[in-house]
Amino acid sequence: MKPKVIRYLDKGEFPIGEGEALALYRAMRRARFFDEKALLLQRQGRLGVYAPFMGQEAAQVGVALALGEKDFVVPSYRESAMLLARGLPIHTLILYWRAHPAGWRFPEGVRAVNPYIPIATQIPQAVGLALAGRYRGEGWVVATSIGDGGTSEGDFHEGLNFAAVFDAPVVFLVQNNGYAISVPRHRQMRVDYIARRAEGYGIPGVVVDGNDAFAVYLEAKKVVERARRGEGPTLLEALTYRLAPHTTSDDPSRYRTREEEEAWRAKDPILRLRKALEERGLWGVEAEEALLGELEEEFAREVALADQAPEPTPEMMVEHVYAQMGPDQRRAWEALRQGKHVEELW
Amino acid sequence: MVAEKARVLNLVQAINEALDLALARDERVLVFGEDVGRLGGVFRVTEGLQAKYGEGRVFDTPLAESGILGLAIGLAMGGMRPVAEIQFAGFLYPALDQILSHLGRWRHRSRGWVGLPVVVRAPYGGGVHTPEQHADSPEALLAHTPGIKVVIPSSPERAKGLLLAAIEDEDPVFFLEAIKLYRGVRAEVPEGYYTLPLGRARVVREGKHATLIGYGGMVEVMLEAATVAAKEGVQVMVVDLETLVPLDEDTLLEVVRETGRAVVVYEAMRTGGFGAEIAARIAEGAIDHLQAPVVRVAGYDAPYPPFSAIEHHYRPNARRVLAALRRVLTY
Ligand SMILES: Cc1ncc(C[n+]2csc(CCOP(=O)(O)OP(=O)(O)O)c2C)c(N)n1
Repeated sequence: MKPKVIRYLDKGEFPIGEGEALALYRAMRRARFFDEKALLLQRQGRLGVYAPFMGQEAAQVGVALALGEKDFVVPSYRESAMLLARGLPIHTLILYWRAHPAGWRFPEGVRAVNPYIPIATQIPQAVGLALAGRYRGEGWVVATSIGDGGTSEGDFHEGLNFAAVFDAPVVFLVQNNGYAISVPRHRQMRVDYIARRAEGYGIPGVVVDGNDAFAVYLEAKKVVERARRGEGPTLLEALTYRLAPHTTSDDPSRYRTREEEEAWRAKDPILRLRKALEERGLWGVEAEEALLGELEEEFAREVALADQAPEPTPEMMVEHVYAQMGPDQRRAWEALRQGKHVEELW
Repeated sequence: MVAEKARVLNLVQAINEALDLALARDERVLVFGEDVGRLGGVFRVTEGLQAKYGEGRVFDTPLAESGILGLAIGLAMGGMRPVAEIQFAGFLYPALDQILSHLGRWRHRSRGWVGLPVVVRAPYGGGVHTPEQHADSPEALLAHTPGIKVVIPSSPERAKGLLLAAIEDEDPVFFLEAIKLYRGVRAEVPEGYYTLPLGRARVVREGKHATLIGYGGMVEVMLEAATVAAKEGVQVMVVDLETLVPLDEDTLLEVVRETGRAVVVYEAMRTGGFGAEIAARIAEGAIDHLQAPVVRVAGYDAPYPPFSAIEHHYRPNARRVLAALRRVLTY
């Protein structure tokens, strides 16, 4: 039996408060704005390789906004929208994608950790972080995210099994966008819905239309509360699609068709939510223009801030390897600071 | 701060006592791994701890090394001080990604924002006729990973103080315990809580003709060789590195300068082993004092042989160390 895919949009349903709906829309639109600008910056050589998330805003923002203030997100490289929705300043995110050290240290109070590059390795760590919250009586919930391809990794399995055994307060968001770089889901696994895997760990698995912000947000709220009550982890599968390339170095025309992309473009999560807001008289052309104006200003301000970050110095390479520099870092640090290489100090 | 009273303990008992003291002293300390709870570990190192501190603080995990390391990392991120056990160092390999990609790197990749005070204990090394994969010495793999420290004690009283220091340390520390020493060495161990500094090598025997350098299970092999050499009138200095990272290069170079001849002993495979690092440091820092090439005594470039029949050919023994000594003394 096929799992039920939870969906509200395009059926004329409006199951959440108007304020919440607007907050979702604004956060998604802001994220999309960032994504488009980031791609431009990358083409100008003002960003390193970048992983766009365009098309997956509902999944990422829906989960981020379902969390409480003290909860954490443990993201992967594609979760910039999630980080923005959690309050990471845009200039920090830009610096992160510039691989500038100032972007590696997140500001105090942002309850998110740096994105992970190796696939699936964050999963068991998220479980540990969730348990730490329980030990310390803080009761925070951790939301961590992974792609469909990532669920083939051993760490995905180990992490979910650990979470289940320890009843860890974790929400595992799987953004099933159909591809792991070029490899389609059916060459990645033989299950139709990834949420089915949850049963193998003895935890609930839920499937939502990942391009339906209402569905993601409402289900995420439920499973976050479930975790907070001490009832354990949930696997939340969001069916979605990335409209852009895997990264700025990728060429998706080699592995998917224009028709497929166009079909998904029609299901753009931002357009769908906007339509629902408009039908209810909550949004219109003017509101959209005002928002875009605000975003334009904010972005310009934040890029300027990022551009002001001082050039990284070579000795930064050997800083923060240990809490206190060991003799080997110390010697290298001295050399680099004097504009030398360590061999020149002998 | 060393307590006065001392009892004779073996390595297992000394490490158990250190864990007990750490759990009692700091609520953030957690001990976990495969079979460490109810059973007390396959070597009984964690015996009695679960009964004393409960299943919340001393617990069994599912059988998954990457999960154990990942869990430890997340716990440390959240403010706990995990002490994870990997049942045998040869089973660290499934967790290498967590170690190389994350445990060693988090502090650096977050510019000091996320520090990970994790201790990973693992029995290592041969000499006790274990099955395949149970005698590996992966210290060079670990030492080659920036951001982690590697400590290998060679005696019960050192192990206790070093482990307590490792648990207090703000960085991830691998604490490798030579299986051969678990019940094979006994020594006076002070009572109570005390720490010994990480990052210092120590001279365990003085001598002026040559220096033997090693750590962990090789220290007693080196001492045995030195005793035999002494009967032939050769006085050999024996150095226990104890901490491989950060390496006490000052002491290392000092002792080599004194004798001018050095043999490095380790039970991992020879190529790319930690002994190669020692030899290179000596060449870089004390070549003018050398009267002979630095010689390595190590395992062979092959997997550690399982069971008993040929194991003693792989693992360095006093005879091989003496042969190497002869080479550097007669160069
Ligand atoms: C351990 C590991 N192996 C390979 C890669 C290279 N890689 C980066 S992204 C990716 C595909 C990931 O696909 P998926 O999990 O579906 O996530 P998506 O990119 O679609 O969001 C691969 C193979 C990596 N980063 N880490």
